Amino acid sequence: MKQYETVIGLEVHVELATKTKIFCSCSTEFGGAPNTHTCPVCTGMPGSLPVLNKQVVEYAMAVGLATNCKITQYCKFDRKNYFYPDNPQNYQISQLYLPICRDGKVEIETEQGKKAIGIHEIHMEEDAGKLIHDEWSDCSLVDFNRSGVPLIEIVSEPDMRSAEEVIAYLEKLRLIIQYLGASDCKLNEGSMRADVNLSVREMGAEKFGTRTEMKNLNSFKAIARAIQNETERQIDLLEEGKEVIQETRRWDDNKEYSYAMRSKEDAQDYRYFPEPDLVPIEISDEWLEKVRAAQPEFRDEKKARYISEYKLPEYDADIITLYKKMADIFEEATAICKNAKKVSNYLMGETMRLLKENNMDPEELAFSPENLAKLIKLTEDGVINGNVAKQVFAEVFEHNIDPESYVEEKGLKMNSDTEGIRKIVEEVVANNPQSVEDYKNGKEKAIGFLVGQTMKAAKGKANPGIVNQLLKEILSK
Amino acid sequence: MNLMSLTAVELSRKIKEKEVSVTEAVTAALDQTEALDKIYHCYVTVDREGALKKAEQVQKAIDKGELTGPLAGVPVAIKDNMCTRGILTTCSSKILENFYPTYTTEAVLNLEKAGAVMIGKTNMDEFAMGSTTETSAYGVTRNPWNENHVPGGSSGGSCAAVAAEECSYALGSDTGGSIRQPSSFCGVTGIKPTYGTVSRYGLIAYGSSLDQIGPVAKDVTDCATVLEAIASYDAKDSTSVKREDYDFTKALVDNVKGMKIGIPKSYFGEGLDDEVRDAVLKAAKTLEEKGAVVEEFELGLVDYAIPAYYVIASAEASSNLARFDGVKYGFRTKEYDGLHQMYKKTRSEGFGEEVKRRIMLGSFVLSSGYYDAYYLKALRTKALIKREFDKAFERYDVILGPAAPTTAPEIGRSLSDPIKMYLGDIYTISVNLAGLPGISVPCGTDSKGLPIGLQLIGDSFMEKNIIRAAYSFEQTRTYARCAAAAARD
Repeated sequence: MKQYETVIGLEVHVELATKTKIFCSCSTEFGGAPNTHTCPVCTGMPGSLPVLNKQVVEYAMAVGLATNCKITQYCKFDRKNYFYPDNPQNYQISQLYLPICRDGKVEIETEQGKKAIGIHEIHMEEDAGKLIHDEWSDCSLVDFNRSGVPLIEIVSEPDMRSAEEVIAYLEKLRLIIQYLGASDCKLNEGSMRADVNLSVREMGAEKFGTRTEMKNLNSFKAIARAIQNETERQIDLLEEGKEVIQETRRWDDNKEYSYAMRSKEDAQDYRYFPEPDLVPIEISDEWLEKVRAAQPEFRDEKKARYISEYKLPEYDADIITLYKKMADIFEEATAICKNAKKVSNYLMGETMRLLKENNMDPEELAFSPENLAKLIKLTEDGVINGNVAKQVFAEVFEHNIDPESYVEEKGLKMNSDTEGIRKIVEEVVANNPQSVEDYKNGKEKAIGFLVGQTMKAAKGKANPGIVNQLLKEILSK
Repeated sequence: MNLMSLTAVELSRKIKEKEVSVTEAVTAALDQTEALDKIYHCYVTVDREGALKKAEQVQKAIDKGELTGPLAGVPVAIKDNMCTRGILTTCSSKILENFYPTYTTEAVLNLEKAGAVMIGKTNMDEFAMGSTTETSAYGVTRNPWNENHVPGGSSGGSCAAVAAEECSYALGSDTGGSIRQPSSFCGVTGIKPTYGTVSRYGLIAYGSSLDQIGPVAKDVTDCATVLEAIASYDAKDSTSVKREDYDFTKALVDNVKGMKIGIPKSYFGEGLDDEVRDAVLKAAKTLEEKGAVVEEFELGLVDYAIPAYYVIASAEASSNLARFDGVKYGFRTKEYDGLHQMYKKTRSEGFGEEVKRRIMLGSFVLSSGYYDAYYLKALRTKALIKREFDKAFERYDVILGPAAPTTAPEIGRSLSDPIKMYLGDIYTISVNLAGLPGISVPCGTDSKGLPIGLQLIGDSFMEKNIIRAAYSFEQTRTYARCAAAAARD
């Protein structure tokens, strides 16, 4: 069999985190009752006119700058004409001729090393409504709540060669955009959507093969599976002497199979033309500089700083900076309690464990950095012991409680009353002759059991140092 | 006294002086409409109940001293392409036969603030596409000067209603001459303002980059007064312009001494009716006698305006009218099998011939492979036409010409030859392409007794120049009422 190379380019749609829609003042909030976040503009009523939300331009510029794009300082919107009931005007306001960003690139890192992926353009556009097919009454209903929610579409160059590169590219985009606060980028909720353009060619060939466009990819895993499947499908066709047809295909992740939606022949003519209801956007040098100056510290810089400034191990810095939310908590908590490593330990250990246990995304973390810092302070000051701290953190994680008042109310302060603890230890030793004997016979581990029993009897609050010291003292008698 | 024979400003003065109540004024308009609209059919909808209710409210506000402006209590008619909350708004199309908007056009809201009382929605060419008001799905409007003739279009209902005195003044919209040409045909005055002066919010779009709302009235004073009321910067319309000079009535000055007026030679060539030419040149002479400096000059690219206009306006219309699909509001075909047939049948049955023709033309010029050859070329032509006007306005304050090449044609004569009908827009269309203000004022009648309109064109944002010139010209003559209106005295 011949050797083939897969060539992939992505079209990534990202829903921007503006409070209001792109062309009207309706809320972008997800999940309202159908058609409650609507007005004449986003339902395409006659006589209504769009007014551009400036925040959309700023987010698009910020993403463009972060991906090394050239910003089109005189840009325009165009109308893309097509009929579909989720599209109230039967045209979408988008950008074709003068998109806001062009010619960018991002660097990705895979096991094969570093590589730049080109960005052809980024343009702004409006999202469509949602069709709900009611099987019961055999009719279709439209919900326009999503209609007019701002999107940017990031179009890459066909620079990727494997699913691994595609995932690395998407991770990179996701991080950049999350760091900018421009979107939460959730594939499963549709705030980030990727269409995969894929073709194969014989290794070493200069010309690209015929490509297909794959839609309906709702997770990184689905993307990887679809790429694998489509690559094999195209190679099989070529091996059989058949041709790949340029078409749009839909991925069914349950069946791990894609089917053709429409071919190039029935591709629509969108009859793009400049949107006459909007004036061209003129981005002044001052505006551009303002957005540039407001760019946040991105992951690579942040990671380096965590290592040098906070002396975190690279491993810690790598994981904490993988999520904007985590990095924010880390920095704020550290600023308060001045113990970077302890904060890092909480995030890498207990936090990660609880996230996994609750099947949550790190972006969903809801506790305040102040409360984490307070908790660390309580352990440092010897107010609570490690066991109690773990228990209190679970409450911080889940209910964002104030550890100080919680410890106070629940009476969780560490017990360092040596005479009181001595009584408990003596009782434990008296009640567990077997363990005492084991210990005396050289079974060092038996002391662990005795410590546990003492802690249990002390309701977990005994100072572990004192417990250990007393046990050793009594047992050596 | 026949209240409807008064101008809007005269009527409001009588209301302010308590000589006439708002209810009397509104009732006079409604009664006149009831008497004459059977013949002329200026209205699609008459809102008698709403108007009388509103009249009482406005009277109270006047009595309390809350409304003191020159339009308070005066009955107005609104072209049926402007959305009015809770009142049927059809664009004279079957496809909007049941459309009741939930919002009111900004320009109409501005009039409401000034105390206007809307008595109804006027007939028009379907979606403002046409020059005769014959393409309406609700029947033709007839010219009050001669019921066998058209009133012009597309604001034919508004202009005929003013001429027949079925309202004191009206709002029209002008995309390629739709205020100025019917004003000319009906012997009334109409202004198409500079693009961006009046908000388009609520105006159902035909050609978005060309559409402007403007006043239609008996005289220049009324038009300037109404324009002053409706013009505003509106954040809801991105193409709205913030201006400093909304005080258009300040330009109502009878003085054209030293004003430079240019007459484009190409406006007086082939296709222009002799009687129209004579009346327009006589008007130029009158202005010259009053001290204006009048001279002929060459205005280039006149012949390119019509093709450029029909490409641009149709392209925009093909997209603007896509929303009328039977899904959300308006007419939906009775029987259909699936989504595509629903679209197809709804639009085939809901739109008239002229609208379909322009949607097809517009879709064609935007199609892949033709975009550069037609649409882009038309946009370049538009820019060049603007440049021609810019050059002219370096030398002249006002450009003078006819509003239309002929007087009103007979009903039924125009639609059989659409190309000829399109050519009738030759003097008005380039003004929209260049975004300029233009006014049509009556300057005589032809041998059949049909009115002739004089068009004065100004540079961008220089409405005051054309208002002053038109006002000065108007002082040399008296307003000619049509016989049907005069017979009601």
